[in-house]
Amino acid sequence: MLSSIFAWRWLAQAMPLEPGHHSVLHPAAPQAGHIEWLYWLIFWILFSVFVLMIAAFGRAGAKARVRGDRAFPIIEDEEGDRRASWAVGTALGVTVVTLFVVLVLSVVTGKRVEGLTSKNPVTIQITARQWWWEVTYPNSQADQTITTANEIHIPTGTPVVVLTNSKDVIHSFWAPNITGKRDLLPGYSSAFWFEVDKPGIYHGQCAEFCGLQHAHMGFSIIAESNDNFQAWQQQQLKPAADPQTAEAIRGRQVFLQNACLMCHTIRGTDAGSHLGPDLTHIASRNMIAAETLPNTSGTLAGWIVDPQRIKPGARMSPNPLAPDDLQALVTYLRGLQ
Amino acid sequence: MSVAEPIVANDQDTGQSDLAHRLARTWSQPGGFWGWFCNTHHTNIGIRFMVTAFIFFLLGGVLAAMIRLQLIRPENSRMGPDLYNQVFTMHGSTMIFLFAVPMMFQGFGVYVVPLMCGARNIAFPRLNAFSYYLYVGGALVLWGGLLTNTGPDVGWFAYVPLSGPQYSPGHRADIWSQMITFTEVSALGVAICLATTILRHRAPGMTLNRMPILLWEKLVISLAVIFAMPAVMVASGLLLLDRLVGTHFFNPAEGGDVLLYQHLFWFFGHPEVYIIFLPGASIISTLVECFSRRRIFGYTPIVVSVVATGFIGFTAASLMIVIPTGTQFFCWVVTLWTGRLQLRLPMLWSFGFFFVFLIGGLSGVMLASVPVDLQVHDTYFVVAHFHYVLIGGALFPMFAGIYFWFPKMAGRMLSARLGVWHFWLFFLGFNLTFFTMHFLGLRGMPRRVYTYSPDMHWQWLNVLASLGVVFMTAGLLVFLANVFRSLRNGEIAGNNPWADAGLEWSVSSPPPAYNFLHVPTVSGRDPLWEDPPDQPIVVGLRDDIRETLVTHSLDAEPQHKDEDPGPSLWPFLTALMVSATFVGSIFTPWAVPIGAVPVTVTLIGWLWPRGPSPAPRPSGESWAQ
Amino acid sequence: MTLDVSGLPSVAFGHRNTTWLANVFYMAIEGMMFALMFATYFYLRTRSTDWPPGHLPPAIRYGALNAVVFLLSIAPAWWVRRRAPDGDRRAVRNGLLVLSLFALAATAFRVLEFTTLNCRWSDDAYSSTIWVLIGMHSGHLVTELIETLVLLAISFTPKMEGTRLADAAINSDYWYFVAVTGWMVDFLIYGTTRFL
Ligand code: HEA
Ligand code: HEA
Ligand code: HEC
Ligand code: CUA
Ligand SMILES: [Cu+2]
Repeated sequence: MLSSIFAWRWLAQAMPLEPGHHSVLHPAAPQAGHIEWLYWLIFWILFSVFVLMIAAFGRAGAKARVRGDRAFPIIEDEEGDRRASWAVGTALGVTVVTLFVVLVLSVVTGKRVEGLTSKNPVTIQITARQWWWEVTYPNSQADQTITTANEIHIPTGTPVVVLTNSKDVIHSFWAPNITGKRDLLPGYSSAFWFEVDKPGIYHGQCAEFCGLQHAHMGFSIIAESNDNFQAWQQQQLKPAADPQTAEAIRGRQVFLQNACLMCHTIRGTDAGSHLGPDLTHIASRNMIAAETLPNTSGTLAGWIVDPQRIKPGARMSPNPLAPDDLQALVTYLRGLQ
Repeated sequence: MSVAEPIVANDQDTGQSDLAHRLARTWSQPGGFWGWFCNTHHTNIGIRFMVTAFIFFLLGGVLAAMIRLQLIRPENSRMGPDLYNQVFTMHGSTMIFLFAVPMMFQGFGVYVVPLMCGARNIAFPRLNAFSYYLYVGGALVLWGGLLTNTGPDVGWFAYVPLSGPQYSPGHRADIWSQMITFTEVSALGVAICLATTILRHRAPGMTLNRMPILLWEKLVISLAVIFAMPAVMVASGLLLLDRLVGTHFFNPAEGGDVLLYQHLFWFFGHPEVYIIFLPGASIISTLVECFSRRRIFGYTPIVVSVVATGFIGFTAASLMIVIPTGTQFFCWVVTLWTGRLQLRLPMLWSFGFFFVFLIGGLSGVMLASVPVDLQVHDTYFVVAHFHYVLIGGALFPMFAGIYFWFPKMAGRMLSARLGVWHFWLFFLGFNLTFFTMHFLGLRGMPRRVYTYSPDMHWQWLNVLASLGVVFMTAGLLVFLANVFRSLRNGEIAGNNPWADAGLEWSVSSPPPAYNFLHVPTVSGRDPLWEDPPDQPIVVGLRDDIRETLVTHSLDAEPQHKDEDPGPSLWPFLTALMVSATFVGSIFTPWAVPIGAVPVTVTLIGWLWPRGPSPAPRPSGESWAQ
Repeated sequence: MTLDVSGLPSVAFGHRNTTWLANVFYMAIEGMMFALMFATYFYLRTRSTDWPPGHLPPAIRYGALNAVVFLLSIAPAWWVRRRAPDGDRRAVRNGLLVLSLFALAATAFRVLEFTTLNCRWSDDAYSSTIWVLIGMHSGHLVTELIETLVLLAISFTPKMEGTRLADAAINSDYWYFVAVTGWMVDFLIYGTTRFL
């Protein structure tokens, strides 16, 4: 890769404080790689411009006198003007060439970023909501369609076609290690691609201001081997696991007798609303509430009781449940693998 | 004695004090409490624009400090999202609409332009005063909103549908839209005044190609304002209609469209940033010429660049605009090279501008590369870019300009020693705060987030960014101290402390109410440097009424005389009624037809001819078109 | 050395007048607003397959009447503009009187026009645009009506002299602007809804 000739790249990556799972400078996919390459190339070109200009101003400043009061002003200076015209002309020539180079590089990179070949892509529909992401893997048969939230599983080495849409305001889908961002606009549906080579979990974030919880509208892209991905898909296609213990059975009752079913779906039960995330396999997720909390019994309980404290403004109302009801509910949800 | 002074004699010393007295009486502005509201002289209104805008800069800065305090650590609970969103929206809106444009375009323009033209006052002084009050009205509405927890919270460009009726109930977004109307009407009013002053009130002999670059830039900006501001008024007006009377311009469910708003807004937004930058550039051109003690190199290319920037600004062709901006940079550099540079305080700030704006411009070029922008758009990289260009393009030139023209406005010099402290504190603090943000952006930190997770490892860069604010604040306090100190016992400035070439330096500091004892004429581009000692002065303007001279737009030949309408309370009353109507319309659409009545009454009061009826046409006077 | 300007006239007509210039800038601002609304109209048109979407096009009666009123009113406006530089106060007064009558008629027809648009502003984006277009123009029409009435009132006093006469002439320029934008709005509302 050409980019490795830039020692600076190494420097920037080695900077302390850098976890690298949410960074433009740590590409994990070809598209982000192309852009990173372009970034450094333009950076160095402009850095040279910067050095030249600073040198020019430095030269001017070096001659300056702090107290050379009121020198008689020069009105005519043919010799000076001649030199000046020459300098300005050259600089303008260089500027035009530089801009042209930047433009061409950008267009070429733009083509490379868009021009992924599509062999049997995986298609995903992403619908942005205030403030979470609904993710579906559409299929012509309804019962073969997977619906999940915020965590996007994909196979490595396979192109992924993303169909986008928004249910409310404008959001923007951005996973910096993978590719540039795309706006999701209500009233418009569009599509783009990406592809990930290295398995891993890549963080993403809504990048267009969308109201109160714009800050907590994260997602993750979980890239795994094709086998793991297939296994995950099979798991997701199943309806919700039936509760096994008495407590879990009671938990399901709590779920169905409270407001939960007005907003959530658990396939295989009566809950079939789409205002909130599909919870059929909630226990299989690493994080809840759009990457706000790790998915544990404690956080889940805290979230259910008072989501407004954790994520003020979130479109889920508080549920003041009795402690044992809550316990049962959490047990039930934790069982929904 | 400066070299410049003997060229045009000092008005006060010419033994014509009789004339001076009569002019002073004729042109005097009323005193007292109500007199303040009647004032229509451009130097007074210009200073009011600047002082008010500076206050709003400080207030916007206080909000910025709150932002930096909030982001100093992850999961900070100092501010919740509701307050944070109001704070950053208010910060951006205040800085752009209540500070940058009113300060750089209106403030400097209204104060300096008529003096540079050699005019006794600005054209349409009442419209100018009206524009000031309307601006204040908008500012009060916006800040009144914040103080009553109705501060706008949808970002400084208020994208729909987030700002629409469905997702922003309440009146926060309405306040934002109406503030736009206030401030844009104000800018439009001043644009008409300035463009007319520049085209019709130039001193005889100041042909177009002898106009100082600053006047060129003000003319171009006025036209850019005239063509750009209507777009944001339409955008915010339609938003208001959607919100208040249930139209559907931006509602996709009823055939509306969300991108329509963005098209309308950026048709204003792109030129807007150059409306902010060009006044700064024009100050730099003025200072570079003065302190390199050399007529500026490349007058024509600079003027062409300014005009080109005005045009290209509308097209969003960001890369193209580098060429005219670069041209200006190159002309400045070679002027400094071939002149005899004096590093006085205003020039120090100009060097600050060169450095800061250069970095911002270059990061702008990176953003103009579409693939790069796909990555860094809406991150702190962009926040870094626009603070480098906004603060570089407006704030640094503003301070340069204040250190330069303050002696003219106040009659006293500002302390250079304090000025140097101010510079270094602010310069270092600024770079600490905003250079850091480039890294934050590349590390994925999106803008407009009220908090972030510790897992992101953004904290230390944020701490550095916040630390810079301490230095900036210290620098600003030094500046304020400098101003107050100087107003009381600064060194007396004299007419032309910098030995500059502009006509404004030929009159006393501060200028008298009539500006020029005799309207001057000019025979060169740099009047005080090159006009001969026997340069003619204009006589024959009446001194018992406020008579002004109107000259030809192109060659500045005297054409006819006009009468300045003089002080009046009506512009203030009209602005009051218009403000009441705008504010009322937030609560009920009926405010518009109802408010139209007092507005009409005050307008008629404003325009109704008073005083003795004019004499019929004197025979022999030609009125032909 | 001096440059004596005492002999210069104190009143100027036409493009030399500074108020004329301000009026041109003002019309540029308003013209931009109209242009952007026209652009909005066509932009929304491209976002819909049906036009007008589920409405009858606005009934043409009053719009057509107004187009004719605008056309006829050019005559008194032109007359004022032509006689003012001669200092012909009587002609200016009569011209303003006739112009006011036309402006009143246009305003009256406009009120009726609102009842025959076959849509309500809150129906959909199409209706909103129609209403705002015509509403914006009505605002200009009423402004112009008031301005003409005020000038008419002044013309009955001795103050209609000198620079006031120039103002009366500038008012005619503005009337042309109102007439031309009126036709354009008519064309959009009554024309393109039928032929586009
Ligand atoms: C004073 C205001 C100002 C100015 C002057 C500029 C100047 C420029 N801006 Fe900036 N910009 C803003 C204010 C400004 N901008 C604001 C406020 C925003 C964000 C709004 C928001 O989202 O809130 C923004 C955002 C913004 C974006 C969108 C980013 C995003 O949201 O993703 C882009 C993209 O193209 C851009 C580009 C540029 C360019 C190319 C210039 C050029 O004009 C710069 C030209 C100058 C130079 C390049 C330096 C001098 C030139 C030379 C020395 C010649 C030699 C140079 C070369 C050979 C390269 N700007
Ligand atoms: C000219 C315009 C301008 C200026 C000068 C500034 C100045 C500053 N800005 Fe601003 N900024 C914007 C225009 C500007 N900004 C815009 C347009 C946005 C986008 C908003 C949006 O997204 O909608 C923005 C957004 C923005 C953000 C991003 C917020 C977010 O996305 O969440 C941040 C974050 O740090 C920031 C910081 C600062 C800081 C630290 C300063 C500092 O330079 C401020 C320094 C000043 C002070 C620190 C004041 C000191 C006060 C005193 C000395 C008072 C003394 C007291 C009295 C006498 C009363 N700004
Ligand atoms: C008013 C609608 C509503 C009700 C009622 C509601 N929820 Fe939610 N729920 C949501 C929304 C919306 C989200 C997404 C919030 C976000 O991330 O911003 C959510 C998120 C969740 C999540 C996290 C899902 C994920 O993948 O991140 C869980 C778990 C959950 N709700 C459980 C419950 C339970 C249990 C109840 C009943 C006791 C309930 N909800 C009641 C709307 C609702
Ligand atoms: Cu969704 Cu920001
Ligand atoms: Cu732009």
